[in-house]
Amino acid sequence: MIKNLVDWIDARIPMTATYNRHVGQYATPKNFNFWYFFGSLAMLVLVNQFLTGIWLTMNYVPTAEGAFASIEYIMRDVEYGWLLRYMHSTGASAFFVVIYLHMFRGLIYGSYQKPRELLWLFGMLIFLVLMAEAFMGYLLPWGQMSYWGAQVIISLFGAIPFIGDDLTLWIRGDFVVSGATLNRFFALHVIALPLVLVVLVFLHLIALHEVGSNNPDGIEIKKNKDENGWPIDGIPFHPYYTVKDIFGTACFLIIFCYVLFFMPEGGGYFLEGPNFEAANSMKTPEHIAPVWYFTPFYAILRAIPDKLFGVMGMGLAIAVLFVLPWLDRCKVKSVRYRSLTHKLNLAQFAVSFVILGYLGAVPATPELTIAARVFTLTYFGFFFFLWLYSKNEKTKPVPERLTH
Amino acid sequence: MSNAPVDTGRRRFLTAATAVVGGVGAVAVAVPFIKSWNPSAKAKAAGAPVEVNISKVEPGQLIRVEWRGKPVWVVRRTKEILTNLATLDSQLRDPASAEEQQPAYAKNAVRSINPEYFIAVGLCTHLGCSPTYLPDTFSEQVEGVPSGFYCPCHGSKFDLAGRVFKGVPAPLNLVVPPHQYIDAGNVIIGVDQGAA
Repeated sequence: MIKNLVDWIDARIPMTATYNRHVGQYATPKNFNFWYFFGSLAMLVLVNQFLTGIWLTMNYVPTAEGAFASIEYIMRDVEYGWLLRYMHSTGASAFFVVIYLHMFRGLIYGSYQKPRELLWLFGMLIFLVLMAEAFMGYLLPWGQMSYWGAQVIISLFGAIPFIGDDLTLWIRGDFVVSGATLNRFFALHVIALPLVLVVLVFLHLIALHEVGSNNPDGIEIKKNKDENGWPIDGIPFHPYYTVKDIFGTACFLIIFCYVLFFMPEGGGYFLEGPNFEAANSMKTPEHIAPVWYFTPFYAILRAIPDKLFGVMGMGLAIAVLFVLPWLDRCKVKSVRYRSLTHKLNLAQFAVSFVILGYLGAVPATPELTIAARVFTLTYFGFFFFLWLYSKNEKTKPVPERLTH
Repeated sequence: MSNAPVDTGRRRFLTAATAVVGGVGAVAVAVPFIKSWNPSAKAKAAGAPVEVNISKVEPGQLIRVEWRGKPVWVVRRTKEILTNLATLDSQLRDPASAEEQQPAYAKNAVRSINPEYFIAVGLCTHLGCSPTYLPDTFSEQVEGVPSGFYCPCHGSKFDLAGRVFKGVPAPLNLVVPPHQYIDAGNVIIGVDQGAA
């Protein structure tokens, strides 16, 4: 009976074939470690954002007059509205935690290298769209930080010579951030960008399954196949990694739920204090800081004393990640078999990124500004030195088969 | 169906021509989508020029006018203030107003059309807070300067021509908006001097 139904469908769309290609018989390296949780966790958070986001739009009012009050309405009067809203706001921060770890995994195991350049580019585009999505979403509660954060970020485009002022006017749709800005950000946040995101995630997965997953040893399992054409070091994604990812999901949910129920404001980093006050175009909060996931780039912006160069530096900090596959000229992928120089360079990059994140969140003092300049240099230094030494890097011998 | 050989040159020309015409069409269709993001007629009307009667402003007094949702200041400066302004050059970042923060007709030593009246957008050029006008106690901030503007957010300081002092976070002088004198006592803010 069931078999007949499956046959009937398979004769019309390639259901079983697609399942086998992407899940049932997708050959995955057998040595994945915890770093490989974050891809599936990103998918989980994406689903969380979609579901809670759709439910939030059912009570949210996207107007300058109604937005702030409607959030309070959701928080106080809508049944479980507080939970849906906190799931969405906590999910936004969780998304960036997961994505940053996912990207770092790519860095340490060389998952951006040939033949996975396009996979990396799709991932970077997802990161870019995600930042736009988060920025626009943060305006929607129409609090003081929403308002002035948007004011500052949109003003960044004003640094572009000649067209800057007209561009900011065009983005805002008004002479100051206003209801017109709120409405268009709402439209982009709930329709346009999520659509783009889904397409990009689809392309990211298709690209991954075409070239196959990288692994902590950074060697291609497709090079060693048995007589049936199955990689000797490969195991099917289901049930091996579905079970493993369920374990990862459980661990993630424990942490996620702790934040959700016990500290949904994330110590003022997930939801900032001034945002509990309605937007006021005549009064600026004392200290303007972006949400934590933007602070490394904000620190770079502030470190450079010139407005235009600051904006360019910030843009470059993201753009340089796009060309990473071509900056790294080493043939060995995994950090396990690369030189000490590379290990130290990776470590200093991770440290620089975290410190920049801290510096971008606190008010700038002359000493901290100098620190931000130093770590801006080391951030870019990672890419520069990588390009320099990677061509003739002294690497360790790479094993033929997966080790552990 | 004739068996005549395919004229590839002709086929390529037709393909290219179709692509070009289609491309032009796509660009044309993009226009309304892009244009619709510009400020609407309603937003423009709300941002229309405002007329201000300045004849009743006392010497040393500051009045606030809202233009495009921003506070605009009109300050009536005394002779002493104007004399004092000329002595500050060495303490200022941009004493000669080299940066484009004012219309050409206000690019002078006192940054105004009529030296007696100073007109500026009351938003700090650092992060957009509205500075406080200190008519008598500014010397606590800068010695020897009796009056000026002090931003409570990050401590930027400006003189009574809106020129920024050195050593503060704000990079630029305060913005002088486009404005025009209709007669000695009335100003329109939002329209350039000399424009119809």
